[in-house]
Amino acid sequence: MTSSKLDAKIPDGTLEQKWTKYRSTVPLVNPANKRSLEVIIVGSGLAGASAAASLAELGYKVKVFCFQDSPRRAHSIAAQGGINAAKNYQNDGDSTYRLFYDTIKGGDYRAREGNVYRLAEVSANIIDQCVAQGVPFAREYGGMLDNRSFGGTQVKRTFYAAGQTGQQLLLGAYSALQRQIGLGQVEMFTRHEMLDIVNIDGKCRGIIARDLVSGNLERHFGHAVLLCSGGYGNVFYLSTNAMGSNVTAAWKAHKKGAFFGNPCFTQIHPTCIPVSGDHQSKLTLMSESLRNDGRIWVPKRKEDAADIRSGKLNPNDLKEDDRDYFLERRYPAFGNLVPRDVASRAAKERCDAGFGVNQTGEAVYLDFAFNTKYKYGKKEATKKGIQNPTEAQLKELGQAVVKEQYGNLFDMYQQITGVNPYENPMMIYPAVHYTMGGLWVDYNLMTTVPGLYALGEANFSDHGANRLGASALMQGLADGYFVIPYTVGNYLSKEISVKPIDTNHEAFVTAENETKSRLEKLMNIKGTKSVDYFHKRLGKIMWNECGMARSTAGLTKAISDIQALRAEFWNDVRVPGDINEFNPELEKAGRVADFLELGELMCKDALDRNESCGGHFREEYQTEEGEALRDDQNYNYVAAWEQLTNGDWELHKEVLNYENIKIAQRSYK
Amino acid sequence: MSGDMNVTLKVWRQKNNNDRGRFETYPVQGVSPDMSFLEMFDVLNERLITEGKEPVAFDHDCREGICGMCSMFINGRPHGPLQGVTTCQLHMRSFKNNDTIVVEPWRAKAFPVVKDLAVNRSAFDRIMSSGGFISVNTGNAQDANSTPIGKDNADMAFAAATCIGCGACVAACKNASAMLFVSAKVSQFALLPQGQPERKQRVLNMVAQMDAEGFGSCTNTGACEAECPKGISISNIARMNRDFIGTQLSIQKG
Repeated sequence: MTSSKLDAKIPDGTLEQKWTKYRSTVPLVNPANKRSLEVIIVGSGLAGASAAASLAELGYKVKVFCFQDSPRRAHSIAAQGGINAAKNYQNDGDSTYRLFYDTIKGGDYRAREGNVYRLAEVSANIIDQCVAQGVPFAREYGGMLDNRSFGGTQVKRTFYAAGQTGQQLLLGAYSALQRQIGLGQVEMFTRHEMLDIVNIDGKCRGIIARDLVSGNLERHFGHAVLLCSGGYGNVFYLSTNAMGSNVTAAWKAHKKGAFFGNPCFTQIHPTCIPVSGDHQSKLTLMSESLRNDGRIWVPKRKEDAADIRSGKLNPNDLKEDDRDYFLERRYPAFGNLVPRDVASRAAKERCDAGFGVNQTGEAVYLDFAFNTKYKYGKKEATKKGIQNPTEAQLKELGQAVVKEQYGNLFDMYQQITGVNPYENPMMIYPAVHYTMGGLWVDYNLMTTVPGLYALGEANFSDHGANRLGASALMQGLADGYFVIPYTVGNYLSKEISVKPIDTNHEAFVTAENETKSRLEKLMNIKGTKSVDYFHKRLGKIMWNECGMARSTAGLTKAISDIQALRAEFWNDVRVPGDINEFNPELEKAGRVADFLELGELMCKDALDRNESCGGHFREEYQTEEGEALRDDQNYNYVAAWEQLTNGDWELHKEVLNYENIKIAQRSYK
Repeated sequence: MSGDMNVTLKVWRQKNNNDRGRFETYPVQGVSPDMSFLEMFDVLNERLITEGKEPVAFDHDCREGICGMCSMFINGRPHGPLQGVTTCQLHMRSFKNNDTIVVEPWRAKAFPVVKDLAVNRSAFDRIMSSGGFISVNTGNAQDANSTPIGKDNADMAFAAATCIGCGACVAACKNASAMLFVSAKVSQFALLPQGQPERKQRVLNMVAQMDAEGFGSCTNTGACEAECPKGISISNIARMNRDFIGTQLSIQKG
């Protein structure tokens, strides 16, 4: 039974009618009233920037906050491969329903039908909007948009701009945002970090933010507050997230009443550059689009793997028959394009069994040699009329195409590893990349705190237990451009008579004082260890016990380890510098303090979910073939956690109803 | 896994914008060639913190060479010795054991120092607000394939659009000119059909804002292109100049 505290507010009607009907009947705010309604947006990535621009265009007064020096730096910028949209430009059988179906199945049947269908529905508008803004997507010679394929699908629906699609989409949204800033519709606060939300009479009415340059705390009122602050993958210390990506905004909201949905649903991305040493500060993704053309393999024989590890054998010299293309072997229907959770587990399985190919034994090959020559090289040779091309010619012709498609990724790989990926197979290993979990929201994207919304990766809503590639960009922009402009109006239409609340209101003063005393507490510990020291230790616990494989024993131990680490942090961390100045260590300390609480909740959630689904793999629950074993009887729900006043949590369940999709064992074989 | 390289850093330290600033020398031991330049700074900062000293403040975020936040002027060159690489993607294997490395912030009147190696680049955002966009509200768009765009122009627009807004062009220029940055955005839109309606006003407004921010003039030295981590071509500047002069002439005539 769904908890009485959770109402997803999914509109009535058939799946296809829900959003259309909602849009046509939702209460509106007239233009004159919009001018006096204020909206606060935290975060300037795809969700935040697109929401800010769209709401400002509608006439609302918008304030945007980001911790970076410019809104253009938000980590959406680093997304590489592409953005999905059900355009069916390729005539290969795509449709809104198919994108919806793929997303639900890819998420291992742990996402809401209503939300996901809406996402698929608006996906096509996103591409139109971005092209109109001047986003330079890749095109064919005829001038039409090109597509590539991504994991978990059998159609080509991914739009891209080389290996930097996120950059181009974000710059589009950023341009739209800067336009509104220039028009005076948006007030931008860069180098500002949100450190608390302010609730008055049961509604979210503003935030406390710290000016990161002066260190001053500021109070800001808003009729509504939108958190577009991204995911929390940095709880693992090493992840593909930016160094500054953090959970703080979402966590402060959680502590003030917003339930946290499915915190343990974490995406481990299969194709990242392997860890090289203890000094490492972050991990770098190699786009999933590379799996279009790269084939993943390890040696068939352990002796060969050992020879490769010790440098005695060059992988290029290993015969075709001696290679194990394990994804193609295990999943013939999808091959190298299985979803991320499946690909990651398969790579881990081979490495755990002793077939890893780098010195740490934790790497597999992603090899472009075959497709370079026989897919692209041959095609180019035919185009150029070269008959009977030599192997060397094929390689040269093919490499030019590969360079055009993935040049920036190959350069990045070479920079980081010192190895030329055009000549040698890439070495890759799974790494933390994305968090499907996040603040629980209803169909309106509103959290359990009225007036407080969560958009993009910060919410839990669309990806279930595993996100498909190229769907994060889609969701961020869907939420910001096409969902929130309608749903926030639904709320604000009832707020038109509310005058801006004076920020000298007691609730603002109290929240500011609490924030101030927490910062002072951090400064005054004056312990012996740096913030990074604690962050690294937390990351190790999380990766080992709440990473790719989880177990009752491991999670139980992790919870007590994290509690102990948290106590140690608050006793022994050293934050240098002053409170009233630009102090990156103080910023980090606050964020790590929040991660130390979140980590515990993630483990608790993972322990509570006695099944395997998507990115959540409990060792106790697997099929004989090692695939995730879901328990739809008992766990077909969203876990929404409420923080209690004593610091513990209470679980509320939102049962998922599948009316259109028949739940099945997920198979990519 | 620390390494066996030792380097000596001469780092610009400046408490805030009112401070005069000075160089401080720090030896750093046990550097691995696989470390990125910023990870080497992490090692230094970790040590400074445990010694009770203040760590060096510097801007960084994605550490993948795409966000444009990192901004170190290394041995007289923005983003260091390699071409086509940001500071975060520069690795210590590009240096030799016992090297002395001088690290400064971007130096330009329009980029005031925030602290140590971090500077304020909000002038770039203001230039963008003056015209770096196509005025299309959400919901206005027609079908994305209704306007075919030739691959050549699409590719050139993309090449211009890959600018990460880091400011290396300004830091490299003896005049602290922002022409490469501004012209990349002007060119991206000038090359696309969507950018045509506002083409003239855009170039005038963005150039006017660039001048108002206190960036210097362009004297065609080409240091910007040479140091740009994304290889933005100086031909964008020629394109912008053409648009700018053409627009001015047509306005004078009218």
